[in-house]
Amino acid sequence: MKTLKQQIDALAAGQTTSVALVTECLAQIAAHNGELNALVTVDADKALAAAAAADAARAAGDTRPMLGVPLIHKDIFCHEGWKTSCGSKMLDNFIAPYSSQVAENCDAAGFVVLGRANMDEFAMGSANENSYYGAVKNPWDTKAVPGGSSGGSAAAVAAGFAAVATGTDTGGSIRQPAAFCGITGIKPTYGIVSRFGMVAFASSLDQGGPMAKTAEDCALMLNVMAGFDERDSTSLERAKEDYTRDLAAPLAGLKIGLPREYFAEGLDAEVAAAITAAVEQYKLLGATIVDISLPNTKLAIPSYYVIAPAEASSNLSRFDGVRYGHRTAKTGSLDDMYEQTRAEGFGAEVKRRIMTGAYVLSHGYYDAYYIKAQKIRRLIANDFQAAFAQCDVIMGPVTPTTAWNIGEKNADPIAVYLEDIYTLGVNLAGLPGMSVPVGFASNGHPIGLQIIGNYFSEAKMLGVAHQYQQVTDWHCKSPAL
Amino acid sequence: MSLSQDDVRRIARLARIAVSDDEVVASQSQLNQLFTLIEEMRAVDTDGIEPMAHAQDVMLRLRDDVATAPNRREAFQAVAPSVENGLYLVPKVIE
Repeated sequence: MKTLKQQIDALAAGQTTSVALVTECLAQIAAHNGELNALVTVDADKALAAAAAADAARAAGDTRPMLGVPLIHKDIFCHEGWKTSCGSKMLDNFIAPYSSQVAENCDAAGFVVLGRANMDEFAMGSANENSYYGAVKNPWDTKAVPGGSSGGSAAAVAAGFAAVATGTDTGGSIRQPAAFCGITGIKPTYGIVSRFGMVAFASSLDQGGPMAKTAEDCALMLNVMAGFDERDSTSLERAKEDYTRDLAAPLAGLKIGLPREYFAEGLDAEVAAAITAAVEQYKLLGATIVDISLPNTKLAIPSYYVIAPAEASSNLSRFDGVRYGHRTAKTGSLDDMYEQTRAEGFGAEVKRRIMTGAYVLSHGYYDAYYIKAQKIRRLIANDFQAAFAQCDVIMGPVTPTTAWNIGEKNADPIAVYLEDIYTLGVNLAGLPGMSVPVGFASNGHPIGLQIIGNYFSEAKMLGVAHQYQQVTDWHCKSPAL
Repeated sequence: MSLSQDDVRRIARLARIAVSDDEVVASQSQLNQLFTLIEEMRAVDTDGIEPMAHAQDVMLRLRDDVATAPNRREAFQAVAPSVENGLYLVPKVIE
Protein backbone atom coordinates (compact mmCIF):
# COMPACT_ATOMS: atom_id res chain seq x y z
CA MET A 1 0.00 0.00 0.00
CA LYS A 2 1.35 3.38 -1.02
CA THR A 3 1.22 6.26 1.45
CA LEU A 4 -1.08 9.18 0.73
CA LYS A 5 1.91 11.22 -0.43
CA GLN A 6 3.01 8.42 -2.76
CA GLN A 7 -0.52 8.10 -4.14
CA ILE A 8 -0.72 11.85 -4.76
CA ASP A 9 2.65 11.83 -6.55
CA ALA A 10 1.84 8.73 -8.59
CA LEU A 11 -1.48 10.16 -9.72
CA ALA A 12 0.10 13.50 -10.63
CA ALA A 13 2.83 11.77 -12.61
CA GLY A 14 0.37 9.60 -14.47
CA GLN A 15 1.95 6.45 -13.02
CA THR A 16 -1.35 5.17 -11.69
CA THR A 17 -5.03 5.93 -11.84
CA SER A 18 -7.73 6.36 -9.28
CA VAL A 19 -9.45 3.25 -10.62
CA ALA A 20 -6.26 1.27 -10.07
CA LEU A 21 -5.81 2.58 -6.52
CA VAL A 22 -9.45 2.01 -5.60
CA THR A 23 -9.43 -1.47 -7.14
CA GLU A 24 -6.35 -2.36 -5.08
CA CYS A 25 -8.02 -1.13 -1.88
CA LEU A 26 -11.27 -2.94 -2.61
CA ALA A 27 -9.35 -6.19 -3.18
CA GLN A 28 -7.64 -5.81 0.18
CA ILE A 29 -10.97 -5.07 1.84
CA ALA A 30 -12.63 -8.06 0.17
CA ALA A 31 -9.82 -10.31 1.33
CA HIS A 32 -9.60 -9.21 4.96
CA ASN A 33 -12.59 -7.22 6.17
CA GLY A 34 -14.54 -10.38 6.87
CA GLU A 35 -12.03 -11.27 9.52
CA LEU A 36 -11.18 -7.81 10.85
CA ASN A 37 -14.66 -6.25 10.78
CA ALA A 38 -12.99 -2.86 10.39
CA LEU A 39 -15.56 -1.49 7.95
CA VAL A 40 -19.32 -1.58 8.43
CA THR A 41 -20.21 -0.26 4.97
CA VAL A 42 -18.37 -0.72 1.69
CA ASP A 43 -19.80 0.54 -1.58
CA ALA A 44 -17.55 -0.81 -4.33
CA ASP A 45 -19.78 0.34 -7.19
CA LYS A 46 -20.00 3.88 -5.86
CA ALA A 47 -16.25 4.01 -5.24
CA LEU A 48 -15.34 2.69 -8.68
CA ALA A 49 -17.73 5.10 -10.36
CA ALA A 50 -16.24 8.00 -8.40
CA ALA A 51 -12.75 6.79 -9.28
CA ALA A 52 -13.59 6.69 -12.97
CA ALA A 53 -15.03 10.17 -12.74
CA ALA A 54 -11.89 11.37 -10.95
CA ASP A 55 -9.66 9.90 -13.66
CA ALA A 56 -11.77 11.61 -16.32
CA ALA A 57 -11.58 14.91 -14.47
CA ARG A 58 -7.80 14.61 -14.11
CA ALA A 59 -7.49 13.84 -17.80
CA ALA A 60 -9.53 16.96 -18.49
CA GLY A 61 -7.08 19.10 -16.55
CA ASP A 62 -8.27 18.96 -12.93
CA THR A 63 -5.13 19.27 -10.81
CA ARG A 64 -6.49 18.88 -7.29
CA PRO A 65 -3.79 16.76 -5.60
CA MET A 66 -6.19 14.46 -3.72
CA LEU A 67 -8.41 13.88 -6.73
CA GLY A 68 -9.16 10.17 -6.89
CA VAL A 69 -7.35 9.17 -3.69
CA PRO A 70 -9.20 6.45 -1.70
CA LEU A 71 -10.44 7.36 1.77
CA ILE A 72 -12.38 5.75 4.61
CA HIS A 73 -14.61 7.76 6.93
CA LYS A 74 -15.30 6.86 10.53
CA ASP A 75 -19.00 6.07 10.72
CA ILE A 76 -19.56 9.14 12.88
CA PHE A 77 -19.30 11.72 10.09
CA CYS A 78 -22.63 12.31 8.38
CA HIS A 79 -22.20 11.98 4.63
CA GLU A 80 -25.23 12.56 2.47
CA GLY A 81 -26.55 9.31 1.04
CA TRP A 82 -24.33 7.12 3.22
CA LYS A 83 -25.61 5.15 6.16
CA THR A 84 -24.21 6.83 9.28
CA SER A 85 -24.75 4.40 12.15
CA CYS A 86 -22.21 5.65 14.71
CA GLY A 87 -21.83 2.00 15.68
CA SER A 88 -25.33 1.94 17.15
CA LYS A 89 -28.53 0.03 16.65
CA MET A 90 -30.16 3.39 17.28
CA LEU A 91 -28.91 4.66 13.91
CA ASP A 92 -28.84 1.35 12.06
CA ASN A 93 -31.43 2.67 9.60
CA PHE A 94 -30.12 6.23 9.34
CA ILE A 95 -29.13 7.44 5.90
CA ALA A 96 -27.60 10.88 6.40
CA PRO A 97 -29.63 13.56 4.62
CA TYR A 98 -26.74 16.03 4.80
CA SER A 99 -22.95 16.02 5.02
CA SER A 100 -20.61 16.96 7.81
CA GLN A 101 -18.12 19.71 7.15
CA VAL A 102 -15.33 17.11 7.23
CA ALA A 103 -17.08 14.99 4.58
CA GLU A 104 -17.74 18.09 2.49
CA ASN A 105 -14.10 19.13 2.72
CA CYS A 106 -12.95 15.67 1.66
CA ASP A 107 -15.43 15.63 -1.22
CA ALA A 108 -14.26 19.06 -2.34
CA ALA A 109 -10.66 17.85 -2.30
CA GLY A 110 -11.65 15.00 -4.63
CA PHE A 111 -11.25 11.98 -2.34
CA VAL A 112 -13.04 8.77 -3.30
CA VAL A 113 -14.85 7.25 -0.33
CA LEU A 114 -14.53 3.46 -0.12
CA GLY A 115 -16.71 2.95 2.90
CA ARG A 116 -17.33 3.57 6.55
CA ALA A 117 -15.24 2.42 9.50
CA ASN A 118 -16.62 0.48 12.43
CA MET A 119 -16.40 2.21 15.81
CA ASP A 120 -17.44 2.00 19.43
CA GLU A 121 -21.08 2.98 19.76
CA PHE A 122 -21.33 6.78 19.80
CA ALA A 123 -17.55 6.81 20.20
CA MET A 124 -17.79 5.46 23.74
CA GLY A 125 -15.06 2.94 24.35
CA SER A 126 -11.38 2.19 24.34
CA ALA A 127 -11.37 -1.16 22.59
CA ASN A 128 -13.92 -1.17 19.78
CA GLU A 129 -15.84 -3.91 21.52
CA ASN A 130 -18.90 -1.71 21.99
CA SER A 131 -20.11 -1.61 18.40
CA TYR A 132 -23.57 -2.88 17.47
CA TYR A 133 -21.82 -4.46 14.48
CA GLY A 134 -19.42 -6.49 16.57
CA ALA A 135 -15.85 -6.11 17.70
CA VAL A 136 -13.08 -4.98 15.37
CA LYS A 137 -9.95 -7.13 15.39
CA ASN A 138 -6.41 -5.83 15.50
CA PRO A 139 -4.61 -6.63 12.21
CA TRP A 140 -1.38 -7.32 14.12
CA ASP A 141 -3.06 -9.96 16.27
CA THR A 142 -6.65 -10.84 15.56
CA LYS A 143 -7.13 -12.01 19.15
CA ALA A 144 -6.44 -8.43 20.29
CA VAL A 145 -8.53 -5.29 20.27
CA PRO A 146 -7.60 -2.47 17.87
CA GLY A 147 -8.34 0.23 20.45
CA GLY A 148 -11.27 2.57 20.37
CA SER A 149 -13.29 4.34 19.43
CA SER A 150 -11.65 4.92 16.03
CA GLY A 151 -10.45 1.32 16.02
CA GLY A 152 -12.12 0.56 12.70
CA SER A 153 -10.27 3.46 11.06
CA ALA A 154 -6.97 2.43 12.65
CA ALA A 155 -7.35 -1.23 11.73
CA ALA A 156 -8.33 -0.28 8.17
CA VAL A 157 -5.23 1.86 7.66
CA ALA A 158 -2.95 -0.73 9.28
CA ALA A 159 -4.45 -3.45 7.07
CA GLY A 160 -3.95 -1.44 3.89
CA PHE A 161 -7.62 -0.85 3.15
CA ALA A 162 -6.75 2.82 2.48
CA ALA A 163 -3.79 5.10 3.15
CA VAL A 164 -5.88 7.51 5.19
CA ALA A 165 -9.01 7.48 7.32
CA THR A 166 -10.86 10.00 9.40
CA GLY A 167 -11.20 9.57 13.15
CA THR A 168 -12.45 11.40 16.20
CA ASP A 169 -10.89 11.79 19.62
CA THR A 170 -12.91 12.61 22.75
CA GLY A 171 -10.60 11.05 25.34
CA GLY A 172 -7.93 9.45 23.19
CA SER A 173 -9.94 7.81 20.44
CA ILE A 174 -7.51 8.69 17.65
CA ARG A 175 -4.26 8.32 19.58
CA GLN A 176 -5.00 5.07 21.43
CA PRO A 177 -6.16 3.00 18.42
CA ALA A 178 -3.32 4.50 16.36
CA ALA A 179 -0.91 3.26 19.04
CA PHE A 180 -2.54 -0.18 19.24
CA CYS A 181 -2.49 -0.61 15.45
CA GLY A 182 0.95 0.86 14.73
CA ILE A 183 -0.14 3.87 12.70
CA THR A 184 0.10 7.64 13.09
CA GLY A 185 -2.82 9.80 14.16
CA ILE A 186 -3.31 13.33 15.39
CA LYS A 187 -6.02 14.90 17.49
CA PRO A 188 -5.84 18.60 16.66
CA THR A 189 -6.41 21.58 18.93
CA TYR A 190 -10.09 21.75 19.87
CA GLY A 191 -11.90 23.96 17.38
CA ILE A 192 -9.56 23.41 14.42
CA VAL A 193 -11.72 20.77 12.73
CA SER A 194 -15.44 21.48 12.45
CA ARG A 195 -17.80 19.29 14.45
CA PHE A 196 -20.73 20.15 12.18
CA GLY A 197 -22.34 16.89 11.11
CA MET A 198 -20.14 14.80 13.38
CA VAL A 199 -22.46 12.85 15.68
CA ALA A 200 -21.89 14.44 19.07
CA PHE A 201 -20.70 12.52 22.12
CA ALA A 202 -19.15 15.13 24.45
CA SER A 203 -19.24 18.49 22.72
CA SER A 204 -16.48 20.26 24.63
CA LEU A 205 -14.07 17.37 24.05
CA ASP A 206 -14.85 15.79 20.64
CA GLN A 207 -12.43 16.61 17.85
CA GLY A 208 -11.97 15.06 14.43
CA GLY A 209 -8.56 14.29 12.99
CA PRO A 210 -6.65 12.22 10.45
CA MET A 211 -5.21 8.71 10.79
CA ALA A 212 -2.55 7.43 8.40
CA LYS A 213 0.72 5.54 8.26
CA THR A 214 2.93 8.63 8.39
CA ALA A 215 3.03 12.08 9.95
CA GLU A 216 3.45 13.57 6.49
CA ASP A 217 0.17 11.98 5.41
CA CYS A 218 -1.54 13.25 8.54
CA ALA A 219 -0.33 16.77 7.73
CA LEU A 220 -1.65 16.54 4.17
CA MET A 221 -4.95 15.19 5.42
CA LEU A 222 -5.27 17.78 8.18
CA ASN A 223 -4.90 20.46 5.51
CA VAL A 224 -8.12 19.09 4.03
CA MET A 225 -10.04 18.44 7.25
CA ALA A 226 -9.27 21.65 9.15
CA GLY A 227 -10.73 25.08 8.67
CA PHE A 228 -13.22 27.54 10.06
CA ASP A 229 -16.88 26.59 9.74
CA GLU A 230 -19.51 29.12 10.71
CA ARG A 231 -22.05 26.30 11.16
CA ASP A 232 -20.10 25.02 14.18
CA SER A 233 -20.29 27.59 16.96
CA THR A 234 -17.12 26.17 18.50
CA SER A 235 -15.12 26.35 15.28
CA LEU A 236 -12.25 28.78 15.73
CA GLU A 237 -11.93 31.70 13.35
CA ARG A 238 -8.33 31.33 12.29
CA ALA A 239 -6.53 31.78 9.02
CA LYS A 240 -6.06 28.64 6.95
CA GLU A 241 -2.76 26.95 7.75
CA ASP A 242 -0.42 24.65 5.86
CA TYR A 243 0.27 21.83 8.31
CA THR A 244 3.10 20.49 6.16
CA ARG A 245 5.16 23.65 6.56
CA ASP A 246 7.39 22.40 9.36
CA LEU A 247 7.95 18.84 8.15
CA ALA A 248 11.54 19.59 7.14
CA ALA A 249 12.33 21.72 10.20
CA PRO A 250 15.42 20.43 12.05
CA LEU A 251 15.01 19.39 15.67
CA ALA A 252 18.22 20.90 17.03
CA GLY A 253 17.37 22.79 20.19
CA LEU A 254 13.91 21.25 20.54
CA LYS A 255 13.00 20.99 24.21
CA ILE A 256 11.06 17.82 25.02
CA GLY A 257 9.26 17.65 28.34
CA LEU A 258 8.93 14.24 29.94
CA PRO A 259 6.21 14.28 32.62
CA ARG A 260 7.18 12.23 35.65
CA GLU A 261 3.59 11.13 36.12
CA TYR A 262 3.54 9.43 32.69
CA PHE A 263 6.38 7.10 33.69
CA ALA A 264 5.06 6.07 37.07
CA GLU A 265 3.49 2.93 38.49
CA GLY A 266 1.22 1.12 36.06
CA LEU A 267 3.31 1.66 32.95
CA ASP A 268 4.22 -1.60 31.25
CA ALA A 269 7.98 -2.17 31.16
CA GLU A 270 8.09 -2.90 27.43
CA VAL A 271 6.08 0.24 26.65
CA ALA A 272 8.41 2.26 28.87
CA ALA A 273 11.46 0.82 27.12
CA ALA A 274 10.12 1.68 23.65
CA ILE A 275 9.27 5.23 24.70
CA THR A 276 12.69 5.68 26.27
CA ALA A 277 14.36 4.44 23.09
CA ALA A 278 12.33 6.89 21.02
CA VAL A 279 13.34 9.74 23.31
CA GLU A 280 16.99 8.67 22.92
CA GLN A 281 16.50 8.88 19.16
CA TYR A 282 15.21 12.41 19.57
CA LYS A 283 18.34 13.29 21.54
CA LEU A 284 20.40 12.10 18.58
CA LEU A 285 18.35 14.42 16.40
CA GLY A 286 19.38 17.36 18.57
CA ALA A 287 16.59 17.59 21.12
CA THR A 288 17.15 18.22 24.79
CA ILE A 289 15.11 16.66 27.57
CA VAL A 290 13.38 18.54 30.35
CA ASP A 291 11.98 16.89 33.45
CA ILE A 292 8.47 18.22 33.96
CA SER A 293 5.49 17.47 36.15
CA LEU A 294 1.78 17.27 35.39
CA PRO A 295 0.72 16.82 39.00
CA ASN A 296 -3.01 16.44 38.39
CA THR A 297 -2.67 13.65 35.81
CA LYS A 298 -4.55 11.11 37.92
CA LEU A 299 -7.47 13.48 38.32
CA ALA A 300 -8.06 13.49 34.57
CA ILE A 301 -9.92 10.19 34.89
CA PRO A 302 -12.56 11.25 37.44
CA SER A 303 -12.91 14.67 35.83
CA TYR A 304 -13.36 13.18 32.36
CA TYR A 305 -15.79 10.52 33.54
CA VAL A 306 -18.03 13.24 34.95
CA ILE A 307 -17.78 15.80 32.15
CA ALA A 308 -17.99 13.42 29.17
CA PRO A 309 -21.04 11.48 30.45
CA ALA A 310 -22.75 14.74 31.44
CA GLU A 311 -22.37 16.10 27.92
CA ALA A 312 -23.29 12.71 26.45
CA SER A 313 -26.50 12.52 28.45
CA SER A 314 -27.49 15.86 26.99
CA ASN A 315 -26.37 15.15 23.41
CA LEU A 316 -27.93 11.72 23.28
CA SER A 317 -31.29 12.95 24.51
CA ARG A 318 -32.07 13.58 20.83
CA PHE A 319 -32.36 9.82 20.29
CA ASP A 320 -35.95 9.44 21.40
CA GLY A 321 -37.47 7.52 18.52
CA VAL A 322 -39.40 10.48 17.14
CA ARG A 323 -37.44 12.25 14.40
CA TYR A 324 -34.93 9.63 13.28
CA GLY A 325 -33.38 6.36 14.25
CA HIS A 326 -34.77 3.31 15.97
CA ARG A 327 -38.24 3.32 17.53
CA THR A 328 -39.60 0.55 19.73
CA ALA A 329 -42.46 -1.57 18.43
CA LYS A 330 -43.91 -1.73 21.93
CA THR A 331 -46.92 0.49 22.38
CA GLY A 332 -47.62 2.62 25.41
CA SER A 333 -47.40 6.18 26.56
CA LEU A 334 -44.98 8.67 25.08
CA ASP A 335 -42.67 8.20 28.07
CA ASP A 336 -42.83 4.44 27.60
CA MET A 337 -41.90 4.89 23.98
CA TYR A 338 -38.88 7.02 24.87
CA GLU A 339 -37.71 4.61 27.56
CA GLN A 340 -38.21 1.42 25.55
CA THR A 341 -36.71 2.97 22.40
CA ARG A 342 -33.60 3.99 24.28
CA ALA A 343 -33.39 0.68 26.17
CA GLU A 344 -33.51 -1.22 22.86
CA GLY A 345 -31.39 1.17 20.81
CA PHE A 346 -28.42 1.81 23.10
CA GLY A 347 -25.79 -0.70 24.18
CA ALA A 348 -24.63 -1.25 27.75
CA GLU A 349 -21.70 1.20 27.72
CA VAL A 350 -23.78 4.02 26.26
CA LYS A 351 -26.55 3.43 28.79
CA ARG A 352 -24.02 3.45 31.62
CA ARG A 353 -22.60 6.78 30.50
CA ILE A 354 -25.98 8.39 29.91
CA MET A 355 -27.11 7.31 33.36
CA THR A 356 -23.89 8.61 34.89
CA GLY A 357 -24.41 11.91 33.14
CA ALA A 358 -28.04 12.17 34.17
CA TYR A 359 -27.02 11.61 37.77
CA VAL A 360 -24.15 14.11 37.93
CA LEU A 361 -26.34 16.77 36.35
CA SER A 362 -29.32 16.08 38.58
CA HIS A 363 -30.56 18.39 41.30
CA GLY A 364 -28.36 18.28 44.37
CA TYR A 365 -25.35 16.72 42.64
CA TYR A 366 -24.55 19.28 39.94
CA ASP A 367 -22.13 21.32 42.04
CA ALA A 368 -20.59 18.35 43.80
CA TYR A 369 -19.78 16.51 40.60
CA TYR A 370 -20.14 18.56 37.44
CA ILE A 371 -18.82 21.92 38.66
CA LYS A 372 -16.14 20.18 40.70
CA ALA A 373 -15.01 18.28 37.60
CA GLN A 374 -14.84 21.52 35.64
CA LYS A 375 -12.61 23.05 38.31
CA ILE A 376 -10.34 20.02 38.15
CA ARG A 377 -10.30 20.47 34.39
CA ARG A 378 -8.92 23.96 34.90
CA LEU A 379 -6.16 22.60 37.15
CA ILE A 380 -5.23 20.07 34.49
CA ALA A 381 -5.13 22.72 31.77
CA ASN A 382 -3.00 24.93 34.04
CA ASP A 383 -0.56 22.05 34.55
CA PHE A 384 -0.01 21.83 30.81
CA GLN A 385 0.55 25.57 30.46
CA ALA A 386 3.10 25.50 33.28
CA ALA A 387 4.85 22.65 31.47
CA PHE A 388 4.89 24.47 28.14
CA ALA A 389 6.73 27.33 29.82
CA GLN A 390 9.63 24.90 30.08
CA CYS A 391 9.43 22.86 26.88
CA ASP A 392 8.26 22.89 23.26
CA VAL A 393 6.51 19.53 23.21
CA ILE A 394 5.64 16.90 25.79
CA MET A 395 6.34 13.23 25.14
CA GLY A 396 5.27 10.05 26.85
CA PRO A 397 3.35 6.85 26.27
CA VAL A 398 -0.10 6.89 24.69
CA THR A 399 -1.26 4.00 26.81
CA PRO A 400 0.07 2.14 29.86
CA THR A 401 -0.09 -1.21 28.04
CA THR A 402 -0.33 -2.54 24.51
CA ALA A 403 -3.58 -3.91 23.07
CA TRP A 404 -5.34 -6.40 25.30
CA ASN A 405 -7.25 -9.42 24.13
CA ILE A 406 -10.83 -9.17 22.95
CA GLY A 407 -13.17 -9.85 25.85
CA GLU A 408 -10.40 -9.73 28.45
CA LYS A 409 -11.77 -6.65 30.21
CA ASN A 410 -15.46 -6.96 29.40
CA ALA A 411 -16.41 -7.63 33.00
CA ASP A 412 -14.56 -4.60 34.31
CA PRO A 413 -15.34 -1.38 32.41
CA ILE A 414 -13.59 0.69 35.08
CA ALA A 415 -10.30 -1.08 34.29
CA VAL A 416 -10.74 0.02 30.67
CA TYR A 417 -11.35 3.61 31.79
CA LEU A 418 -8.02 3.58 33.64
CA GLU A 419 -6.21 2.76 30.39
CA ASP A 420 -6.96 6.30 29.20
CA ILE A 421 -4.89 8.00 31.88
CA TYR A 422 -2.31 9.53 29.51
CA THR A 423 -4.73 10.73 26.86
CA LEU A 424 -7.68 12.28 28.72
CA GLY A 425 -5.87 15.38 29.97
CA VAL A 426 -5.15 16.53 26.42
CA ASN A 427 -8.87 16.54 25.60
CA LEU A 428 -9.82 18.25 28.83
CA ALA A 429 -7.31 21.02 28.09
CA GLY A 430 -8.20 21.14 24.38
CA LEU A 431 -4.60 20.62 23.31
CA PRO A 432 -3.33 18.80 20.24
CA GLY A 433 -1.84 15.33 20.70
CA MET A 434 -0.63 12.60 18.43
CA SER A 435 0.54 9.02 18.38
CA VAL A 436 3.61 7.82 16.51
CA PRO A 437 4.67 4.16 16.16
CA VAL A 438 7.90 3.51 18.08
CA GLY A 439 8.18 -0.24 18.43
CA PHE A 440 6.57 -3.52 19.36
CA ALA A 441 6.15 -5.50 22.54
CA SER A 442 7.37 -9.09 22.71
CA ASN A 443 3.84 -10.27 21.88
CA GLY A 444 4.03 -8.39 18.58
CA HIS A 445 1.63 -5.61 19.60
CA PRO A 446 2.57 -2.09 18.45
CA ILE A 447 3.59 0.69 20.85
CA GLY A 448 2.84 4.38 20.32
CA LEU A 449 4.69 7.49 21.46
CA GLN A 450 2.45 10.38 22.42
CA ILE A 451 3.52 13.88 21.41
CA ILE A 452 1.55 16.70 23.02
CA GLY A 453 1.87 20.25 21.77
CA ASN A 454 0.66 23.61 22.90
CA TYR A 455 -2.44 25.11 21.30
CA PHE A 456 -2.23 25.44 17.51
CA SER A 457 1.17 23.78 17.29
CA GLU A 458 0.05 20.98 14.94
CA ALA A 459 2.55 21.90 12.24
CA LYS A 460 5.43 21.76 14.69
CA MET A 461 4.24 18.44 16.18
CA LEU A 462 3.85 16.88 12.76
CA GLY A 463 7.37 18.05 11.91
CA VAL A 464 8.70 16.54 15.13
CA ALA A 465 7.03 13.23 14.24
CA HIS A 466 8.12 13.38 10.60
CA GLN A 467 11.78 13.91 11.48
CA TYR A 468 11.65 10.80 13.69
CA GLN A 469 10.07 8.86 10.85
CA GLN A 470 12.91 9.93 8.53
CA VAL A 471 15.40 7.99 10.65
CA THR A 472 13.25 5.07 11.83
CA ASP A 473 10.99 2.60 10.06
CA TRP A 474 8.43 1.58 12.67
CA HIS A 475 5.76 3.39 10.66
CA CYS A 476 6.66 1.45 7.53
CA LYS A 477 5.89 -1.95 9.01
CA SER A 478 2.68 -3.71 8.08
CA PRO A 479 0.94 -6.66 9.68
CA ALA A 480 1.08 -10.05 7.99
CA LEU A 481 -2.49 -10.76 6.94
CA MET B 1 -21.47 7.25 48.67
CA SER B 2 -23.27 4.16 47.47
CA LEU B 3 -26.21 4.02 45.10
CA SER B 4 -29.16 1.85 46.08
CA GLN B 5 -31.26 -0.04 43.58
CA ASP B 6 -33.93 2.63 43.97
CA ASP B 7 -31.32 5.26 43.15
CA VAL B 8 -30.45 3.36 39.98
CA ARG B 9 -34.13 3.17 38.98
CA ARG B 10 -34.46 6.91 39.57
CA ILE B 11 -31.37 7.64 37.47
CA ALA B 12 -32.65 5.39 34.69
CA ARG B 13 -35.95 7.26 34.76
CA LEU B 14 -34.10 10.59 34.55
CA ALA B 15 -32.17 9.20 31.59
CA ARG B 16 -35.34 7.89 29.96
CA ILE B 17 -33.98 4.37 29.74
CA ALA B 18 -36.10 1.37 30.71
CA VAL B 19 -34.16 -1.08 32.90
CA SER B 20 -35.00 -4.62 33.93
CA ASP B 21 -34.37 -5.86 37.46
CA ASP B 22 -31.26 -7.68 36.26
CA GLU B 23 -29.96 -4.51 34.64
CA VAL B 24 -30.57 -2.57 37.85
CA VAL B 25 -28.35 -4.98 39.74
CA ALA B 26 -25.59 -4.85 37.13
CA SER B 27 -25.80 -1.07 36.80
CA GLN B 28 -25.74 -0.60 40.55
CA SER B 29 -22.44 -2.43 40.83
CA GLN B 30 -20.80 -0.67 37.89
CA LEU B 31 -22.07 2.80 38.75
CA ASN B 32 -20.88 2.39 42.33
CA GLN B 33 -17.41 1.42 41.07
CA LEU B 34 -17.38 4.45 38.81
CA PHE B 35 -18.50 6.81 41.55
CA THR B 36 -15.82 5.42 43.85
CA LEU B 37 -13.34 6.48 41.17
CA ILE B 38 -15.00 9.85 40.79
CA GLU B 39 -14.92 10.45 44.55
CA GLU B 40 -11.12 10.88 44.30
CA MET B 41 -11.55 14.37 42.93
CA ARG B 42 -13.77 15.52 45.78
CA ALA B 43 -10.83 15.60 48.17
CA VAL B 44 -9.01 18.17 46.02
CA ASP B 45 -9.11 21.78 47.18
CA THR B 46 -10.62 23.77 44.32
CA ASP B 47 -11.63 26.88 46.23
CA GLY B 48 -11.20 29.94 44.06
CA ILE B 49 -10.74 27.89 40.87
CA GLU B 50 -12.87 29.03 37.96
CA PRO B 51 -14.76 26.08 36.41
CA MET B 52 -13.54 25.31 32.88
CA ALA B 53 -16.65 24.54 30.89
CA HIS B 54 -14.98 24.47 27.55
CA ALA B 55 -11.64 23.75 25.97
CA GLN B 56 -11.45 27.18 24.41
CA ASP B 57 -12.82 30.54 25.48
CA VAL B 58 -15.34 30.72 22.69
CA MET B 59 -18.37 32.95 22.40
CA LEU B 60 -21.41 32.09 20.38
CA ARG B 61 -21.15 34.04 17.18
CA LEU B 62 -23.97 36.32 16.16
CA ARG B 63 -25.21 36.35 12.61
CA ASP B 64 -27.76 38.30 10.68
CA ASP B 65 -31.29 37.14 11.38
CA VAL B 66 -31.86 35.72 7.93
CA ALA B 67 -32.58 32.20 6.75
CA THR B 68 -29.49 30.67 5.18
CA ALA B 69 -30.37 26.98 4.95
CA PRO B 70 -32.76 25.74 2.29
CA ASN B 71 -36.01 24.10 3.34
CA ARG B 72 -35.31 20.35 3.22
CA ARG B 73 -38.23 19.18 5.32
CA GLU B 74 -39.00 16.15 3.16
CA ALA B 75 -35.40 14.94 3.17
CA PHE B 76 -35.10 15.29 6.93
CA GLN B 77 -38.45 13.63 7.59
CA ALA B 78 -37.62 10.76 5.25
CA VAL B 79 -35.47 9.23 8.02
CA ALA B 80 -38.16 9.52 10.71
CA PRO B 81 -39.80 6.39 12.12
CA SER B 82 -43.28 7.68 11.29
CA VAL B 83 -44.58 10.83 9.60
CA GLU B 84 -47.84 11.94 8.04
CA ASN B 85 -48.64 15.14 6.18
CA GLY B 86 -45.34 16.66 7.21
CA LEU B 87 -45.85 15.86 10.90
CA TYR B 88 -43.95 13.42 13.12
CA LEU B 89 -46.28 10.74 14.48
CA VAL B 90 -45.94 9.56 18.07
CA PRO B 91 -48.20 7.42 20.27
CA LYS B 92 -51.44 9.03 21.37
CA VAL B 93 -51.01 10.47 24.87
CA ILE B 94 -54.37 12.22 25.33
CA GLU B 95 -57.53 10.14 25.26
